[in-house]
Amino acid sequence: MHNIRIIYKRELHEYFNSPMAYIFLVIFAIVNGYFFTNTFFLFGQSDLRMLFDIVPLVYLFFIPAVSMGLIARENNTGTMETISTMPLNTYEFVLGKFLAGFCLILLGLGATVIHFITLVSVGTNVDYGAIFSGYLGLALMGAMYTAVGTYASSVTDNQVVAFIIGVFLVLVFYMLDKTLVFVPHSIAGIIQFLAVDYHLSNISRGVIDSRNLIYFFSMIGFFIFLTIQTLEVRRWK
Amino acid sequence: MIKVTDLSKNYSTVEAVKSISFNIQDGEIVGFLGANGAGKTTTLKMMTGYLVPTSGQIEFNDLNIIDDTHEIQKQIGYLPELNPLYTEMRVYEYLEFLAGIRKIIGRKFKEALSRVIEECGLRGVVHKNIADCSKGYRQRIGLAAAMIHDPKILILDEPVTGLDPNQIVEIRGLIKQLGKEKLVFMSSHILQEIQATVDRIMIINQGEIVANGTSDELMSNFMGNVILNIEVKGAAPETIEHIQAKVPSVKFVSLNTSNDIQQIQFEYEKDQDPREDIFRYAVENHWTILKMTPHTTNLEDIFRDLTTESDVHA
Repeated sequence: MHNIRIIYKRELHEYFNSPMAYIFLVIFAIVNGYFFTNTFFLFGQSDLRMLFDIVPLVYLFFIPAVSMGLIARENNTGTMETISTMPLNTYEFVLGKFLAGFCLILLGLGATVIHFITLVSVGTNVDYGAIFSGYLGLALMGAMYTAVGTYASSVTDNQVVAFIIGVFLVLVFYMLDKTLVFVPHSIAGIIQFLAVDYHLSNISRGVIDSRNLIYFFSMIGFFIFLTIQTLEVRRWK
Repeated sequence: MIKVTDLSKNYSTVEAVKSISFNIQDGEIVGFLGANGAGKTTTLKMMTGYLVPTSGQIEFNDLNIIDDTHEIQKQIGYLPELNPLYTEMRVYEYLEFLAGIRKIIGRKFKEALSRVIEECGLRGVVHKNIADCSKGYRQRIGLAAAMIHDPKILILDEPVTGLDPNQIVEIRGLIKQLGKEKLVFMSSHILQEIQATVDRIMIINQGEIVANGTSDELMSNFMGNVILNIEVKGAAPETIEHIQAKVPSVKFVSLNTSNDIQQIQFEYEKDQDPREDIFRYAVENHWTILKMTPHTTNLEDIFRDLTTESDVHA
C-alpha cells in the first residue's frame, strides 16, 4: 500500500505540475457542459440523461489522452530502469499509475456535479437514485478505460502510439454493442456481454446488478494484469 | 561481495554476454571497461535485477538475484546509463520519492537528504527543478539518488560520460571517496577515466571478459614487444640491417634516412633490454647516436588490442 501511494502521489504531482491536468479538466468540463446545457432547457426534463450520454463519448478520447503517458513516458525517458531496480513490486507500480489516472478522471467527473446542482435548483421531481447510479456507471466506465489506457501505455515508449492504441481498444469495447445486428445470433450474447455500453446502460437505468459490477471489475483487473505481465516480460527478453 | 558465475544473456539471436564469471570484494572499486556494445550495460542490468539472465548466477553475499531480487535491490545503489531522471520534479522531491519507496521517511529522510547533499555537493540546487540543472549537477543528482539509502554496493553505468573535464575530475574524486567504504562497480568505455579511479580493471569484449587485474598486472601480462627508436648519424646501411648477428635480442624493423640522419626502429622483448649492446655495437661501427627511446606499450594499447583483436577474427 505504502509504495502504491508513493507512485500514485508522484504521478498526480506530475499531472498537476504540468498543464496536462488543467487542460484536461477545463476542456472536459466545457465539452460536457456545452452538450448538456444545449438541450437541457429544450427538453424540460429533470434528469441528467444528456450528460450521461455525452460523457462516454468524451471518455473515448480523453481517457486515452490522460493515460497515454503513464508508463510510455517512463519507458521513453529511461526512468523505468530506475524504478525497476528499486525494491518495488510491478503491481504496486501499475496500481499507483492506474489510480492516479483514475483520480484525474474522477475529478473531471466531479466537475460535472455543477449540472446536478443546476438540476436540483431549477428542476422538479429529481430522481436522485438514477443520478447516483448514472454517476456510478460513469465512474466504473472511467476506471475500465483508464485500465485499458494504462495497458496501452505499457506496450510502447511512444505516447502518441499509446494514445492511438488506447483509443482503438476503448473504441472496440464501445462499438461492440452497435455491431450486434451484424453478428450471428449464437455469438451475439457473448459480444453483448463484452460491450461496455450494455453494462453501463443497465447501471444508468438504476439497476445495479452484480453481473454489471463483475464485468467492470474483471475488465479493470484483466487490463491491470495484462499491464503487469507486459512489464514483467520485458525483463526476460 | 559479489560473485558472478557463468553469466550469459541472449537477446533473441544475439549473445550479448557469454558466460562471464568474476568476483568483487567488499571495499573494492572495480572498473568495467569495454567498447560500446561489448556487453557492459547488459551485465550491469542483470546485476541490478532489471534484466533476467539467460543463464548463470549472480550472488551478493548469500543472496541470489533471481530469488532475492528485492533484498539485493535494497542493498545496491544504481546509476543507470544516461542517468534518467524525472526532470519535472524538484531535486528534493525526486530524492524524497525514491527514499519513500525505500521506506526512508520523515526524520530519516531529512538525515539522508542532508548526507547526500553533503556527499554529492548538491547544496545550491536542492530546490531547483531537475530540468534546470546542468549536466554535471544532474549526474550528481543521479549519484545522490543511488546513495540516498546509504547502500553498501554502488553500481554505476558510465558515471562520467558527457561531462566536461572539470566535472569529470570532480565526479572521479567523489567516486574515489565513496569507494573507501563501499564496493563500487563502474563501467566505462574510456580507459583514462577508469584507470584514474579504480583498484582493478575488467575488460569485456564481445560479451567475454578478456582481462581482469590491476593496471600493473594488465601491463605486465599483456605488454608485447618494446619498440626502440634510434636516431643515428653516419651508419652504413648494411651495419644496421645486420645488427642481429651481434645483438641477437633485437630485430630490425625499419630504416628512414633524411638529411644523413638515420631513423631506425628495432624491436625487442620486454625483459631483454639490449640498449647497452646496441650502444657498444654503434661505437664499433662508428655510428653517432643522437637519440634512443624505447616505446613501451601502455594500457591504452593493450585495451585497443584486446577490444579489436576478436573483431578481426569474427
